[in-house]
Amino acid sequence: MKYMLLLKADAASESGAVPDDEAINAMGVYNDELIAAGVLLGGEGLHSSADGARVSFDGDDRSVVDGPFAETKELLAGFWMIEVSSKEEAVEWAKRVPLSSGEVEVRQVFTVDEFNQDNEHVQKEIQWREENEARTA
Amino acid sequence: MTAAASRAALDAVWRIESAKVVAVLTRSLGSLDAAEEFAQEALLEAMEQWPRTGVPRNPGAWLTTVARRRAIDAWRRDDRFAARMPDLAAGQDEREERSAPDRRAEEPIRDEVLRLIFTACHPVLPRASRVALTLRVVGGLTTDEIARAYLVSSPTMGQRISRAKRALADAGVPFEVPQADEFPARLGAVLEVLYLVFNEGYAATGGSDLLRVDLAREALRLARVVQALLPREPETHGMVALMELQASRFAARVDRDGQPVLLADQDRSRWDRSAIARGRAALDRARRLGPDLGPYGLQAELAECHAVAATAADTDWGRIVATYDRLLRVTPTPVVALNRAVAVAMAGDPRAALAVVDELASRETLRSYHLVAAVRADLLSRLGREEEARAEFARAAELAGNERVKAQLLARAAAGQRRGE
Repeated sequence: MKYMLLLKADAASESGAVPDDEAINAMGVYNDELIAAGVLLGGEGLHSSADGARVSFDGDDRSVVDGPFAETKELLAGFWMIEVSSKEEAVEWAKRVPLSSGEVEVRQVFTVDEFNQDNEHVQKEIQWREENEARTA
Repeated sequence: MTAAASRAALDAVWRIESAKVVAVLTRSLGSLDAAEEFAQEALLEAMEQWPRTGVPRNPGAWLTTVARRRAIDAWRRDDRFAARMPDLAAGQDEREERSAPDRRAEEPIRDEVLRLIFTACHPVLPRASRVALTLRVVGGLTTDEIARAYLVSSPTMGQRISRAKRALADAGVPFEVPQADEFPARLGAVLEVLYLVFNEGYAATGGSDLLRVDLAREALRLARVVQALLPREPETHGMVALMELQASRFAARVDRDGQPVLLADQDRSRWDRSAIARGRAALDRARRLGPDLGPYGLQAELAECHAVAATAADTDWGRIVATYDRLLRVTPTPVVALNRAVAVAMAGDPRAALAVVDELASRETLRSYHLVAAVRADLLSRLGREEEARAEFARAAELAGNERVKAQLLARAAAGQRRGE
Protein backbone atom coordinates (compact mmCIF):
# COMPACT_ATOMS: atom_id res chain seq x y z
CA MET A 1 0.00 0.00 0.00
CA LYS A 2 1.30 3.39 -0.97
CA TYR A 3 0.80 6.35 1.33
CA MET A 4 1.68 9.99 1.11
CA LEU A 5 2.79 11.82 4.21
CA LEU A 6 1.90 15.44 3.53
CA LEU A 7 3.88 17.92 5.57
CA LYS A 8 1.82 21.04 6.33
CA ALA A 9 3.42 24.45 6.11
CA ASP A 10 4.28 26.60 9.12
CA ALA A 11 5.68 30.07 9.66
CA ALA A 12 9.24 28.83 9.13
CA SER A 13 8.52 27.01 5.87
CA GLU A 14 6.53 30.02 4.63
CA SER A 15 9.27 32.52 5.59
CA GLY A 16 11.14 31.69 2.39
CA ALA A 17 14.36 30.96 4.29
CA VAL A 18 16.28 27.81 3.40
CA PRO A 19 15.98 25.36 6.36
CA ASP A 20 18.90 25.65 8.81
CA ASP A 21 21.47 22.91 9.43
CA GLU A 22 19.69 21.61 12.49
CA ALA A 23 16.40 21.14 10.62
CA ILE A 24 18.18 19.56 7.64
CA ASN A 25 20.05 17.16 9.93
CA ALA A 26 16.89 16.12 11.76
CA MET A 27 15.08 15.45 8.47
CA GLY A 28 18.17 13.67 7.19
CA VAL A 29 18.10 11.25 10.13
CA TYR A 30 14.38 10.67 9.55
CA ASN A 31 14.87 10.06 5.82
CA ASP A 32 17.72 7.66 6.64
CA GLU A 33 15.36 5.71 8.85
CA LEU A 34 12.77 5.47 6.07
CA ILE A 35 15.47 4.31 3.65
CA ALA A 36 16.92 1.78 6.11
CA ALA A 37 13.44 0.35 6.67
CA GLY A 38 13.03 -0.10 2.91
CA VAL A 39 9.79 1.91 2.76
CA LEU A 40 10.76 5.21 1.12
CA LEU A 41 9.73 5.61 -2.54
CA GLY A 42 10.34 9.34 -2.84
CA GLY A 43 9.78 12.75 -1.37
CA GLU A 44 10.41 16.46 -1.83
CA GLY A 45 10.40 19.69 0.11
CA LEU A 46 8.54 22.70 -1.29
CA HIS A 47 9.51 26.36 -1.56
CA SER A 48 7.21 28.77 0.25
CA SER A 49 3.89 29.67 -1.36
CA ALA A 50 5.35 33.10 -2.21
CA ASP A 51 7.05 31.38 -5.15
CA GLY A 52 3.86 29.60 -6.19
CA ALA A 53 0.47 30.43 -7.61
CA ARG A 54 -3.10 29.17 -7.60
CA VAL A 55 -5.30 28.50 -10.56
CA SER A 56 -9.03 28.58 -9.83
CA PHE A 57 -11.75 27.18 -12.05
CA ASP A 58 -15.20 28.51 -12.69
CA GLY A 59 -16.89 26.96 -15.68
CA ASP A 60 -14.68 27.84 -18.64
CA ASP A 61 -12.94 30.63 -16.76
CA ARG A 62 -9.54 30.24 -15.16
CA SER A 63 -8.07 32.80 -12.85
CA VAL A 64 -4.52 32.85 -11.57
CA VAL A 65 -3.52 34.30 -8.22
CA ASP A 66 0.15 34.51 -7.28
CA GLY A 67 1.32 33.56 -3.75
CA PRO A 68 1.99 34.03 -0.93
CA PHE A 69 -1.20 32.70 0.62
CA ALA A 70 -2.32 33.55 4.11
CA GLU A 71 -3.87 30.37 5.51
CA THR A 72 -0.53 28.76 6.40
CA LYS A 73 -1.98 25.60 7.93
CA GLU A 74 -3.77 24.71 4.71
CA LEU A 75 -0.55 24.88 2.69
CA LEU A 76 1.92 22.13 2.01
CA ALA A 77 5.64 22.27 2.73
CA GLY A 78 6.66 18.86 1.43
CA PHE A 79 5.76 15.19 1.08
CA TRP A 80 7.03 11.65 1.39
CA MET A 81 5.76 8.71 -0.64
CA ILE A 82 6.11 5.46 1.28
CA GLU A 83 5.11 1.84 0.69
CA VAL A 84 3.91 0.06 3.82
CA SER A 85 1.64 -2.82 4.80
CA SER A 86 -1.09 -0.90 6.64
CA LYS A 87 -2.49 2.53 7.43
CA GLU A 88 -1.27 2.08 11.01
CA GLU A 89 2.28 1.64 9.74
CA ALA A 90 1.97 4.83 7.68
CA VAL A 91 0.66 6.65 10.78
CA GLU A 92 3.53 5.25 12.87
CA TRP A 93 6.01 6.68 10.35
CA ALA A 94 4.16 10.01 10.34
CA LYS A 95 4.47 10.16 14.14
CA ARG A 96 8.24 9.94 13.75
CA VAL A 97 8.59 13.04 11.57
CA PRO A 98 10.92 15.31 13.58
CA LEU A 99 8.54 18.18 14.38
CA SER A 100 7.64 19.85 17.64
CA SER A 101 4.58 21.58 16.21
CA GLY A 102 2.53 21.52 13.05
CA GLU A 103 0.85 18.67 11.24
CA VAL A 104 1.46 15.76 8.88
CA GLU A 105 -1.48 14.37 6.95
CA VAL A 106 -1.50 10.66 6.01
CA ARG A 107 -3.26 9.75 2.77
CA GLN A 108 -3.49 6.51 0.82
CA VAL A 109 -2.51 6.63 -2.85
CA PHE A 110 -4.81 5.09 -5.46
CA THR A 111 -3.32 2.39 -7.63
CA VAL A 112 -4.42 1.97 -11.23
CA ASP A 113 -6.17 -1.35 -10.59
CA GLU A 114 -8.58 0.27 -8.11
CA PHE A 115 -10.35 2.19 -10.89
CA ASN A 116 -13.01 0.80 -13.19
CA GLN A 117 -10.82 -0.26 -16.10
CA ASP A 118 -13.68 -0.16 -18.61
CA ASN A 119 -14.24 3.54 -18.05
CA GLU A 120 -13.13 5.43 -21.14
CA HIS A 121 -11.90 8.39 -19.11
CA VAL A 122 -9.87 6.13 -16.85
CA GLN A 123 -8.29 4.69 -19.98
CA LYS A 124 -7.48 8.19 -21.22
CA GLU A 125 -6.02 9.19 -17.90
CA ILE A 126 -3.82 6.09 -17.85
CA GLN A 127 -2.64 6.94 -21.34
CA TRP A 128 -1.96 10.55 -20.37
CA ARG A 129 -0.05 9.50 -17.29
CA GLU A 130 2.07 7.08 -19.28
CA GLU A 131 2.94 9.64 -21.94
CA ASN A 132 3.57 12.34 -19.38
CA GLU A 133 5.85 10.11 -17.33
CA ALA A 134 7.62 8.78 -20.40
CA ARG A 135 8.47 12.39 -21.28
CA THR A 136 9.75 13.21 -17.83
CA ALA A 137 11.55 9.89 -17.23
CA MET B 1 -8.34 3.65 21.60
CA THR B 2 -10.23 0.39 21.01
CA ALA B 3 -8.47 -2.92 21.60
CA ALA B 4 -8.43 -3.66 17.86
CA ALA B 5 -7.03 -0.23 17.03
CA SER B 6 -4.28 -0.45 19.63
CA ARG B 7 -3.45 -3.96 18.42
CA ALA B 8 -3.12 -2.64 14.85
CA ALA B 9 -0.90 0.21 16.07
CA LEU B 10 1.27 -2.29 17.94
CA ASP B 11 1.53 -4.51 14.84
CA ALA B 12 2.71 -1.46 12.90
CA VAL B 13 5.39 -0.69 15.49
CA TRP B 14 6.47 -4.33 15.50
CA ARG B 15 6.83 -4.35 11.72
CA ILE B 16 9.09 -1.32 11.88
CA GLU B 17 11.08 -2.28 14.97
CA SER B 18 11.22 -6.08 15.16
CA ALA B 19 14.37 -6.66 13.09
CA LYS B 20 16.25 -4.03 15.12
CA VAL B 21 14.94 -5.36 18.45
CA VAL B 22 15.72 -9.00 17.64
CA ALA B 23 19.15 -8.09 16.21
CA VAL B 24 20.20 -6.05 19.25
CA LEU B 25 18.90 -8.73 21.61
CA THR B 26 20.68 -11.51 19.71
CA ARG B 27 23.91 -9.64 20.30
CA SER B 28 23.33 -9.07 24.02
CA LEU B 29 21.68 -12.40 24.85
CA GLY B 30 24.03 -14.40 22.64
CA SER B 31 21.26 -16.41 21.01
CA LEU B 32 18.72 -15.75 18.28
CA ASP B 33 16.32 -18.17 19.93
CA ALA B 34 16.42 -16.34 23.28
CA ALA B 35 16.24 -12.98 21.50
CA GLU B 36 12.99 -13.96 19.79
CA GLU B 37 11.53 -15.51 22.92
CA PHE B 38 12.09 -12.45 25.09
CA ALA B 39 11.16 -10.04 22.29
CA GLN B 40 7.80 -11.84 22.18
CA GLU B 41 7.43 -11.41 25.93
CA ALA B 42 8.18 -7.70 25.59
CA LEU B 43 5.56 -7.52 22.86
CA LEU B 44 2.99 -9.07 25.21
CA GLU B 45 3.89 -6.51 27.85
CA ALA B 46 3.50 -3.72 25.28
CA MET B 47 0.10 -5.10 24.34
CA GLU B 48 -0.93 -4.82 27.95
CA GLN B 49 0.67 -1.44 28.74
CA TRP B 50 0.57 0.72 25.61
CA PRO B 51 -3.21 1.01 25.38
CA ARG B 52 -3.02 2.74 28.81
CA THR B 53 0.27 4.64 28.57
CA GLY B 54 0.45 5.33 24.84
CA VAL B 55 3.24 4.23 22.51
CA PRO B 56 6.64 5.34 23.89
CA ARG B 57 8.66 7.85 21.92
CA ASN B 58 11.25 5.24 20.99
CA PRO B 59 9.26 1.98 20.95
CA GLY B 60 12.23 -0.07 19.71
CA ALA B 61 14.35 0.91 22.72
CA TRP B 62 11.38 0.25 25.02
CA LEU B 63 10.86 -3.27 23.64
CA THR B 64 14.59 -4.01 23.80
CA THR B 65 14.87 -2.86 27.42
CA VAL B 66 11.81 -4.81 28.54
CA ALA B 67 13.03 -7.95 26.74
CA ARG B 68 16.45 -7.62 28.41
CA ARG B 69 14.79 -7.22 31.79
CA ARG B 70 12.71 -10.34 31.17
CA ALA B 71 15.83 -12.25 30.18
CA ILE B 72 17.56 -11.16 33.40
CA ASP B 73 14.53 -12.19 35.46
CA ALA B 74 14.44 -15.59 33.79
CA TRP B 75 18.17 -16.16 34.01
CA ARG B 76 18.49 -14.95 37.61
CA ARG B 77 16.78 -18.22 38.41
CA ASP B 78 19.47 -20.11 36.49
CA ASP B 79 23.11 -20.03 37.66
CA ARG B 80 24.56 -20.92 34.28
CA PHE B 81 23.67 -17.52 32.95
CA ALA B 82 24.75 -15.51 35.98
CA ALA B 83 28.03 -14.60 34.29
CA ARG B 84 26.14 -12.66 31.62
CA MET B 85 24.28 -10.46 34.05
CA PRO B 86 26.63 -7.44 34.31
CA ASP B 87 26.71 -7.20 30.51
CA LEU B 88 22.98 -7.34 30.24
CA ALA B 89 22.32 -4.86 32.98
CA ALA B 90 24.77 -2.41 31.39
CA GLY B 91 22.76 -2.57 28.19
CA GLN B 92 19.74 -0.94 29.79
CA ASP B 93 19.18 2.71 29.31
CA GLU B 94 15.75 4.08 30.00
CA ARG B 95 16.67 7.47 28.62
CA GLU B 96 16.73 5.87 25.16
CA GLU B 97 13.05 5.09 25.36
CA ARG B 98 12.07 8.64 26.12
CA SER B 99 13.93 10.35 23.31
CA ALA B 100 13.54 9.97 19.57
CA PRO B 101 16.10 7.73 17.82
CA ASP B 102 19.18 9.67 16.74
CA ARG B 103 21.91 8.94 14.25
CA ARG B 104 24.51 7.93 16.86
CA ALA B 105 22.18 5.37 18.39
CA GLU B 106 20.97 4.05 15.05
CA GLU B 107 24.25 3.17 13.36
CA PRO B 108 25.34 0.34 15.67
CA ILE B 109 21.78 -1.01 15.53
CA ARG B 110 22.00 -1.18 11.74
CA ASP B 111 25.22 -3.18 12.03
CA GLU B 112 23.37 -5.67 14.22
CA VAL B 113 20.53 -5.88 11.67
CA LEU B 114 23.07 -6.68 8.97
CA ARG B 115 24.49 -9.47 11.16
CA LEU B 116 20.95 -10.75 11.68
CA ILE B 117 20.35 -10.88 7.91
CA PHE B 118 23.57 -12.78 7.25
CA THR B 119 22.77 -15.19 10.09
CA ALA B 120 19.20 -15.91 8.93
CA CYS B 121 20.48 -16.58 5.39
CA HIS B 122 23.39 -18.75 6.56
CA PRO B 123 24.22 -21.58 4.11
CA VAL B 124 24.28 -24.12 6.96
CA LEU B 125 20.45 -24.00 6.71
CA PRO B 126 18.36 -25.53 3.92
CA ARG B 127 16.99 -22.90 1.54
CA ALA B 128 13.38 -23.22 2.70
CA SER B 129 14.52 -22.60 6.30
CA ARG B 130 16.58 -19.54 5.33
CA VAL B 131 13.50 -18.12 3.64
CA ALA B 132 11.20 -18.82 6.60
CA LEU B 133 13.68 -17.53 9.19
CA THR B 134 14.41 -14.36 7.21
CA LEU B 135 10.72 -13.53 6.84
CA ARG B 136 10.20 -14.19 10.51
CA VAL B 137 13.15 -12.42 12.16
CA VAL B 138 14.08 -9.80 9.54
CA GLY B 139 10.67 -9.21 7.96
CA GLY B 140 8.81 -9.36 11.27
CA LEU B 141 6.05 -11.55 9.79
CA THR B 142 4.19 -13.92 12.09
CA THR B 143 4.62 -17.68 11.71
CA ASP B 144 0.97 -17.75 10.65
CA GLU B 145 1.49 -15.25 7.86
CA ILE B 146 4.53 -17.12 6.55
CA ALA B 147 2.66 -20.43 6.70
CA ARG B 148 -0.25 -18.98 4.71
CA ALA B 149 2.09 -17.53 2.11
CA TYR B 150 3.82 -20.87 1.62
CA LEU B 151 0.61 -22.95 1.79
CA VAL B 152 1.71 -25.07 4.76
CA SER B 153 0.13 -25.40 8.20
CA SER B 154 1.17 -23.02 10.93
CA PRO B 155 2.65 -25.78 13.17
CA THR B 156 4.73 -27.06 10.23
CA MET B 157 6.11 -23.59 9.60
CA GLY B 158 6.68 -23.08 13.34
CA GLN B 159 8.73 -26.28 13.46
CA ARG B 160 10.72 -25.24 10.41
CA ILE B 161 11.62 -21.97 12.11
CA SER B 162 12.54 -23.51 15.49
CA ARG B 163 14.61 -26.20 13.78
CA ALA B 164 16.43 -23.49 11.84
CA LYS B 165 17.27 -21.57 15.02
CA ARG B 166 18.46 -24.77 16.68
CA ALA B 167 20.58 -25.66 13.64
CA LEU B 168 22.27 -22.25 13.79
CA ALA B 169 23.04 -22.75 17.49
CA ASP B 170 24.24 -26.35 16.98
CA ALA B 171 26.53 -25.31 14.14
CA GLY B 172 27.91 -22.50 16.32
CA VAL B 173 27.21 -19.94 13.59
CA PRO B 174 28.71 -16.67 14.87
CA PHE B 175 26.55 -13.53 14.89
CA GLU B 176 28.76 -11.71 12.40
CA VAL B 177 29.05 -10.11 9.02
CA PRO B 178 31.25 -12.55 7.06
CA GLN B 179 34.92 -11.80 6.45
CA ALA B 180 36.15 -10.54 3.09
CA ASP B 181 37.07 -13.98 1.72
CA GLU B 182 33.61 -15.43 2.15
CA PHE B 183 31.67 -12.17 1.82
CA PRO B 184 30.74 -12.42 -1.89
CA ALA B 185 29.34 -15.94 -1.55
CA ARG B 186 27.45 -15.05 1.64
CA LEU B 187 25.99 -11.90 0.09
CA GLY B 188 24.94 -14.13 -2.80
CA ALA B 189 23.11 -16.36 -0.30
CA VAL B 190 21.29 -13.34 1.18
CA LEU B 191 20.22 -12.05 -2.23
CA GLU B 192 19.17 -15.53 -3.26
CA VAL B 193 16.79 -15.75 -0.29
CA LEU B 194 15.25 -12.38 -1.13
CA TYR B 195 14.82 -13.35 -4.76
CA LEU B 196 13.24 -16.68 -3.79
CA VAL B 197 10.68 -14.80 -1.68
CA PHE B 198 10.07 -12.32 -4.50
CA ASN B 199 9.49 -15.08 -7.02
CA GLU B 200 7.20 -16.95 -4.67
CA GLY B 201 5.06 -13.83 -4.66
CA TYR B 202 5.52 -13.13 -8.36
CA ALA B 203 4.37 -16.51 -9.60
CA ALA B 204 3.25 -19.24 -7.26
CA THR B 205 4.91 -22.58 -7.97
CA GLY B 206 1.79 -24.54 -7.09
CA GLY B 207 -1.91 -24.08 -6.47
CA SER B 208 -4.19 -21.70 -8.31
CA ASP B 209 -3.08 -18.41 -6.78
CA LEU B 210 -0.75 -16.92 -9.37
CA LEU B 211 -0.06 -13.58 -7.73
CA ARG B 212 0.88 -13.26 -4.12
CA VAL B 213 1.90 -9.69 -4.42
CA ASP B 214 2.32 -9.11 -0.70
CA LEU B 215 5.21 -11.55 -0.52
CA ALA B 216 6.88 -9.91 -3.51
CA ARG B 217 6.41 -6.46 -1.93
CA GLU B 218 7.98 -7.70 1.30
CA ALA B 219 10.94 -9.10 -0.67
CA LEU B 220 11.33 -5.73 -2.36
CA ARG B 221 11.25 -3.95 0.99
CA LEU B 222 13.90 -6.30 2.40
CA ALA B 223 16.01 -5.82 -0.73
CA ARG B 224 15.87 -2.06 -0.12
CA VAL B 225 16.94 -2.69 3.48
CA VAL B 226 19.99 -4.65 2.29
CA GLN B 227 20.67 -2.01 -0.37
CA ALA B 228 20.72 0.70 2.32
CA LEU B 229 22.98 -1.41 4.56
CA LEU B 230 25.45 -2.32 1.80
CA PRO B 231 25.39 0.61 -0.63
CA ARG B 232 28.84 -0.15 -2.08
CA GLU B 233 27.81 -3.59 -3.33
CA PRO B 234 26.62 -3.32 -6.96
CA GLU B 235 24.44 -6.42 -6.70
CA THR B 236 22.31 -4.97 -3.88
CA HIS B 237 21.30 -2.24 -6.33
CA GLY B 238 20.99 -4.80 -9.12
CA MET B 239 18.59 -6.81 -6.97
CA VAL B 240 16.41 -3.79 -6.15
CA ALA B 241 16.45 -2.81 -9.83
CA LEU B 242 15.40 -6.29 -10.92
CA MET B 243 12.55 -6.47 -8.41
CA GLU B 244 11.29 -2.94 -9.13
CA LEU B 245 11.29 -3.54 -12.88
CA GLN B 246 9.50 -6.87 -12.55
CA ALA B 247 7.06 -5.53 -9.96
CA SER B 248 6.22 -2.66 -12.34
CA ARG B 249 4.29 -5.25 -14.38
CA PHE B 250 2.15 -6.60 -11.53
CA ALA B 251 -1.06 -4.91 -12.67
CA ALA B 252 -0.61 -6.14 -16.25
CA ARG B 253 0.51 -9.70 -15.56
CA VAL B 254 -2.94 -11.29 -15.20
CA ASP B 255 -6.17 -10.48 -16.96
CA ARG B 256 -9.52 -9.88 -15.26
CA ASP B 257 -10.15 -13.62 -15.03
CA GLY B 258 -6.82 -14.16 -13.31
CA GLN B 259 -5.23 -15.71 -16.39
CA PRO B 260 -1.55 -14.87 -16.96
CA VAL B 261 -0.86 -12.44 -19.80
CA LEU B 262 2.36 -12.91 -21.78
CA LEU B 263 4.80 -10.02 -21.78
CA ALA B 264 4.18 -9.27 -25.47
CA ASP B 265 0.40 -9.09 -24.91
CA GLN B 266 0.47 -6.99 -21.75
CA ASP B 267 -1.26 -3.62 -21.67
CA ARG B 268 1.82 -1.47 -21.16
CA SER B 269 -0.27 1.46 -19.95
CA ARG B 270 -0.80 -0.63 -16.83
CA TRP B 271 2.92 -0.85 -16.10
CA ASP B 272 3.88 1.19 -13.07
CA ARG B 273 6.03 3.99 -14.49
CA SER B 274 7.32 5.18 -11.13
CA ALA B 275 8.47 1.63 -10.27
CA ILE B 276 10.26 1.55 -13.63
CA ALA B 277 11.94 4.89 -12.87
CA ARG B 278 13.07 3.61 -9.44
CA GLY B 279 14.34 0.38 -10.99
CA ARG B 280 16.33 2.21 -13.64
CA ALA B 281 17.81 4.54 -11.02
CA ALA B 282 18.96 1.53 -8.96
CA LEU B 283 20.40 -0.09 -12.08
CA ASP B 284 22.35 3.08 -12.85
CA ARG B 285 23.83 2.97 -9.35
CA ALA B 286 24.89 -0.65 -9.95
CA ARG B 287 26.48 0.34 -13.28
CA ARG B 288 28.36 3.24 -11.71
CA LEU B 289 29.82 0.92 -9.07
CA GLY B 290 30.96 -1.40 -11.91
CA PRO B 291 33.23 -2.71 -13.41
CA ASP B 292 30.60 -5.09 -14.83
CA LEU B 293 27.10 -5.99 -13.69
CA GLY B 294 26.56 -9.19 -11.70
CA PRO B 295 23.83 -11.74 -12.42
CA TYR B 296 21.05 -9.69 -10.78
CA GLY B 297 22.16 -6.46 -12.43
CA LEU B 298 22.23 -8.20 -15.81
CA GLN B 299 18.75 -9.64 -15.28
CA ALA B 300 17.63 -6.13 -14.33
CA GLU B 301 19.12 -4.88 -17.59
CA LEU B 302 17.03 -7.45 -19.46
CA ALA B 303 13.92 -6.27 -17.62
CA GLU B 304 14.90 -2.68 -18.46
CA CYS B 305 15.06 -3.52 -22.19
CA HIS B 306 11.38 -4.49 -21.98
CA ALA B 307 10.43 -1.61 -19.70
CA VAL B 308 11.69 1.05 -22.11
CA ALA B 309 10.02 -0.41 -25.20
CA ALA B 310 6.80 1.54 -25.92
CA THR B 311 5.29 -1.51 -27.64
CA ALA B 312 6.32 -5.16 -27.83
CA ALA B 313 7.37 -4.56 -31.46
CA ASP B 314 9.79 -1.83 -30.33
CA THR B 315 11.78 -4.25 -28.15
CA ASP B 316 15.50 -4.15 -28.87
CA TRP B 317 16.05 -7.92 -29.13
CA GLY B 318 19.62 -7.47 -30.35
CA ARG B 319 20.52 -5.74 -27.10
CA ILE B 320 18.69 -8.45 -25.14
CA VAL B 321 20.68 -11.22 -26.88
CA ALA B 322 23.92 -9.32 -26.09
CA THR B 323 22.91 -9.02 -22.41
CA TYR B 324 22.08 -12.74 -22.32
CA ASP B 325 25.55 -13.45 -23.70
CA ARG B 326 27.03 -11.57 -20.72
CA LEU B 327 24.65 -13.30 -18.31
CA LEU B 328 25.51 -16.70 -19.73
CA ARG B 329 29.18 -15.99 -18.98
CA VAL B 330 28.51 -15.36 -15.27
CA THR B 331 25.68 -17.90 -14.81
CA PRO B 332 25.99 -20.63 -17.44
CA THR B 333 22.71 -22.42 -16.61
CA PRO B 334 20.26 -24.16 -18.95
CA VAL B 335 17.50 -21.69 -17.98
CA VAL B 336 19.62 -18.74 -19.10
CA ALA B 337 20.54 -20.61 -22.29
CA LEU B 338 16.83 -21.29 -22.91
CA ASN B 339 15.87 -17.66 -22.43
CA ARG B 340 18.73 -16.56 -24.64
CA ALA B 341 17.39 -18.89 -27.34
CA VAL B 342 13.98 -17.19 -27.09
CA ALA B 343 15.68 -13.81 -27.54
CA VAL B 344 17.61 -15.12 -30.55
CA ALA B 345 14.31 -16.19 -32.12
CA MET B 346 12.74 -12.81 -31.34
CA ALA B 347 15.74 -11.08 -32.88
CA GLY B 348 14.79 -12.82 -36.11
CA ASP B 349 16.49 -16.20 -36.17
CA PRO B 350 14.05 -18.90 -34.95
CA ARG B 351 16.03 -21.61 -36.77
CA ALA B 352 19.19 -20.89 -34.76
CA ALA B 353 17.06 -20.71 -31.60
CA LEU B 354 15.49 -24.11 -32.27
CA ALA B 355 18.94 -25.68 -32.66
CA VAL B 356 19.86 -24.40 -29.17
CA VAL B 357 16.59 -25.60 -27.65
CA ASP B 358 16.84 -29.02 -29.32
CA GLU B 359 20.23 -29.42 -27.70
CA LEU B 360 18.81 -28.39 -24.29
CA ALA B 361 15.80 -30.70 -24.71
CA SER B 362 18.10 -33.65 -25.34
CA ARG B 363 19.64 -33.31 -21.86
CA GLU B 364 18.36 -35.83 -19.35
CA THR B 365 17.86 -33.20 -16.60
CA LEU B 366 15.74 -30.94 -18.81
CA ARG B 367 13.61 -33.55 -20.55
CA SER B 368 10.70 -33.06 -18.14
CA TYR B 369 11.04 -29.28 -17.76
CA HIS B 370 7.82 -27.74 -19.08
CA LEU B 371 9.43 -24.45 -20.14
CA VAL B 372 11.82 -26.19 -22.53
CA ALA B 373 8.89 -27.96 -24.15
CA ALA B 374 6.82 -24.75 -24.25
CA VAL B 375 9.60 -22.77 -25.91
CA ARG B 376 10.30 -25.59 -28.34
CA ALA B 377 6.59 -25.72 -29.24
CA ASP B 378 6.51 -21.98 -29.84
CA LEU B 379 9.58 -22.11 -32.10
CA LEU B 380 8.14 -25.01 -34.12
CA SER B 381 4.96 -23.00 -34.56
CA ARG B 382 6.93 -19.96 -35.78
CA LEU B 383 8.70 -22.16 -38.32
CA GLY B 384 5.33 -23.37 -39.60
CA ARG B 385 5.74 -26.89 -38.24
CA GLU B 386 2.24 -26.85 -36.72
CA GLU B 387 1.76 -30.58 -36.31
CA GLU B 388 4.90 -30.94 -34.18
CA ALA B 389 4.13 -27.67 -32.34
CA ARG B 390 0.71 -28.94 -31.29
CA ALA B 391 2.13 -32.15 -29.86
CA GLU B 392 4.87 -30.23 -28.04
CA PHE B 393 2.39 -27.73 -26.49
CA ALA B 394 0.32 -30.67 -25.23
CA ARG B 395 3.46 -32.24 -23.76
CA ALA B 396 4.42 -28.96 -22.09
CA ALA B 397 0.92 -28.71 -20.58
CA GLU B 398 1.31 -32.20 -19.17
CA LEU B 399 4.60 -31.25 -17.51
CA ALA B 400 3.45 -27.89 -16.06
CA GLY B 401 2.64 -27.82 -12.33
CA ASN B 402 0.66 -24.59 -12.19
CA GLU B 403 -2.99 -25.00 -13.23
CA ARG B 404 -3.20 -21.66 -15.00
CA VAL B 405 -0.01 -22.20 -16.97
CA LYS B 406 -1.31 -25.65 -17.92
CA ALA B 407 -4.58 -24.16 -19.19
CA GLN B 408 -2.69 -21.55 -21.19
CA LEU B 409 -0.52 -24.20 -22.89
CA LEU B 410 -3.55 -26.38 -23.65
CA ALA B 411 -5.23 -23.36 -25.23
CA ARG B 412 -2.20 -22.88 -27.48
CA ALA B 413 -2.29 -26.54 -28.46
CA ALA B 414 -5.98 -26.18 -29.31
CA ALA B 415 -5.39 -22.95 -31.24
CA GLY B 416 -2.76 -24.74 -33.32
CA GLN B 417 -5.26 -27.50 -33.94
CA ARG B 418 -7.84 -25.03 -35.23
CA ARG B 419 -5.31 -23.37 -37.51
CA GLY B 420 -4.18 -26.77 -38.75
CA GLU B 421 -7.68 -27.92 -39.71
